[in-house]
Amino acid sequence: MSFWSRHQIFEKNSIVLIGGILAVIAIGGLVEITPLFYLKSTIEAVDGVRPYTPLELTGRNVYVREGCYLCHSQMVRPLRDEVERYGHYSLAAESMYDHPFQWGSKRTGPDLARVGAKYSDEWHVTHLVNPRAIVPQSVMPGYAFLAETEVDVAGIADHLRASRTVGVPYSDDQIANAVADLKAQADPDSAGADAFAKRYPKAVARNFDGRPGTPTEMDALVAYLQMLGTLVDFKLYNEKANLR
Amino acid sequence: MNQSQTAKSMTHGEAGLAVFFAASAFLCLFAAGKALDTAFAFHASLACAASLWAVFAIVNRYYDRPATLPPREINGRPNYNIGPVKFSAVMAMFWGIAGFAVGLLIASQLAWPALNFDLPWTSFGRLRPLHTSAVIFAFGGNVLIATSFYVVQKTCRTRLAGDLAPWFVVIGYNFFILIAGTGYLLGVTQSKEYAEPEWYADLWLTIVWVTYLLVFLMTIIKRKEPHIFVANWFYLAFIVTIAVLHLGNNPALPVSVWGSKSYIAWGGVQDAMFQWWYGHNAVGFFLTAGFLAIMYYFIPKRAERPVYSYRLSIIHFWAIIFLYIWAGPHHLHYTALPDWAQTLGMTFSIMLWMPSWGGMINGLMTLSGAWDKLRTDPVLRMLVVSVAFYGMATFEGPLMSIKVVNSLSHYTDWTIGHVHSGALGWVGFVSFGALYCLIPWLWDRKGLYSLKLVNWHFWIATIGIVLYISSMWVSGILQGLMWRAYTSLGFLEYSFIESVEAMHPFYAIRAAGGALFLIGALIMAYNLWMTVRVGEAEAQSPVALQPAE
Repeated sequence: MSFWSRHQIFEKNSIVLIGGILAVIAIGGLVEITPLFYLKSTIEAVDGVRPYTPLELTGRNVYVREGCYLCHSQMVRPLRDEVERYGHYSLAAESMYDHPFQWGSKRTGPDLARVGAKYSDEWHVTHLVNPRAIVPQSVMPGYAFLAETEVDVAGIADHLRASRTVGVPYSDDQIANAVADLKAQADPDSAGADAFAKRYPKAVARNFDGRPGTPTEMDALVAYLQMLGTLVDFKLYNEKANLR
Repeated sequence: MNQSQTAKSMTHGEAGLAVFFAASAFLCLFAAGKALDTAFAFHASLACAASLWAVFAIVNRYYDRPATLPPREINGRPNYNIGPVKFSAVMAMFWGIAGFAVGLLIASQLAWPALNFDLPWTSFGRLRPLHTSAVIFAFGGNVLIATSFYVVQKTCRTRLAGDLAPWFVVIGYNFFILIAGTGYLLGVTQSKEYAEPEWYADLWLTIVWVTYLLVFLMTIIKRKEPHIFVANWFYLAFIVTIAVLHLGNNPALPVSVWGSKSYIAWGGVQDAMFQWWYGHNAVGFFLTAGFLAIMYYFIPKRAERPVYSYRLSIIHFWAIIFLYIWAGPHHLHYTALPDWAQTLGMTFSIMLWMPSWGGMINGLMTLSGAWDKLRTDPVLRMLVVSVAFYGMATFEGPLMSIKVVNSLSHYTDWTIGHVHSGALGWVGFVSFGALYCLIPWLWDRKGLYSLKLVNWHFWIATIGIVLYISSMWVSGILQGLMWRAYTSLGFLEYSFIESVEAMHPFYAIRAAGGALFLIGALIMAYNLWMTVRVGEAEAQSPVALQPAE
């Protein structure tokens, strides 16, 4: 029986053929994906990374909904020009609470992994409403409607709860006070601001869209953009400790 | 057929499916009432209406049909089921034109941003998934379902398995496309590229896809030929692997069962790896294995020559499905994905060049002794040029997966150009060629309405592709070089926005290329329409082709 005629078992038996296909396609995926869940070196040990605040999470959902990731990456590669242009290269730990990840695949616009605190809130609001008012050559769409759309405040606790189920370590306290925290972060003079600051140390509370009243999607999106890449203090980060 | 002789009763399938859709209509109505967001309410209403229509259609079909189901054979010859094939072929043409048109719009938006109109549902970020899904899953998917249902019947010399099941697959799949597409416009997305639909659309697709697998597999099991034809290996690998990829990439927890938003089970680096394991193999199995199956049936058929090498097809088949699965990490070079995974991805991507070219050689060499037909048959020319584009794209892919090359090409338009040389040149042309063959066969026509129009389509689309990919090469490499350019004093030479500004002429050329490709498809639609409407009927076919309805 020649080598080639042995192949007949696949050609004459559809179930064997399916079994063969499944076995062959399983190998690559298993080898590349499974170790990422147990190799400790996959995600660096680093201080500062915390779950998103309710307002930031809402803003992140706006970012996802509008497809921002299609033109903006959130992944600074360890290449000289990128580190100079955007800042320290991205760590896996910085996106470990991201469901889904937003690393992106295209830079029609610049990388946003470290855009936080680079521009003022007012810059972001003006730019989002009409990008060409600030950057005449920009090809970004305008998002004026975000400033007119109020955030669905009431449903936020369910979002935190679902996030916790898939692995984001929100505390009971954070979930119970999600609505209050969402409002407080966009209204720093309110009564809830101190409690918010305790639950999310170092998170910034500001009136991001500059307008009074219920938080808008503009508040949420700007809050998210302003925290991107700011969680890890790279003056203290020891990359030798995390050699991969 | 005399209906009074046999007592007519509903089959289990008809009754079961009618009950299923009736229950689904109630559930969807309830869900529409409980919905937390307007998009979910809209989709639930749509699903309710579709379910009611399905119940009506099943009952109506039952009353119209003869007491017995269509026989599997008539006078010892297979009684092929071509209704679902026709449906998918027509939908493919429809979605193709829709998808190309949206592509032209978003290409124009990048050149002239005012075209975003600054409305939520017309901005680039929402229309881009609409474009990719419409061309890959709606156009490509319908081409794959239509051709697979046709090829599996012909090569197994048996009728498609199931009575309602094939209809459930083709209509159910197109309903999934409708839910996915309208969802993008309403901002329903889980942001996983090429897997954007939310949890409820994913669940529906799972049901449809498993049915697709069962129909295809059962047809093979009932075959009258001892061997399973090579095209069916590729179709089977495509269907099975897409099921595995879909399940692996999409497990998500809905915030509420009455709302559209969910959170994906995987996070950060693991989610990235799952996504590109899926994403690259959507290319490898949906856009490659599936369309290679088309190549393996339609090129030999059209050229009237046997497949060049049986042994090459065996090696090529197992090598390509084994190697492709590993290639995903090349989408994540220099990211926070561990280096060992990146290196594996690059290594296997380079190896992938070999089986890819094995497939190309097998396709091209099938023309041995029939090369003269390229002069006279523009349909065959389209099929052959598609394989040439396949060879080009599968050379460029391994090149771009090399880390140093990737550090320049990644995040730039080079990637977009690469994808489109595969998508427009390979997938587009092989699909067009297959549809040009299939439509006259399905509607019993002697030939196409006009070969001259096929020729026009071929040249207009080819010029469009050349404009598209060459402008994207230039813009992509220019972008990559501008980002890393330094002045003699050691400063970055260009701000990011200068690289955006430099793209403008290339974006305009790309849009022009896309417009030509769309014009070609419109010519094709007209040609196929006229073939069905006024084409000369084939002399009475010896096989009684009886549509399902």
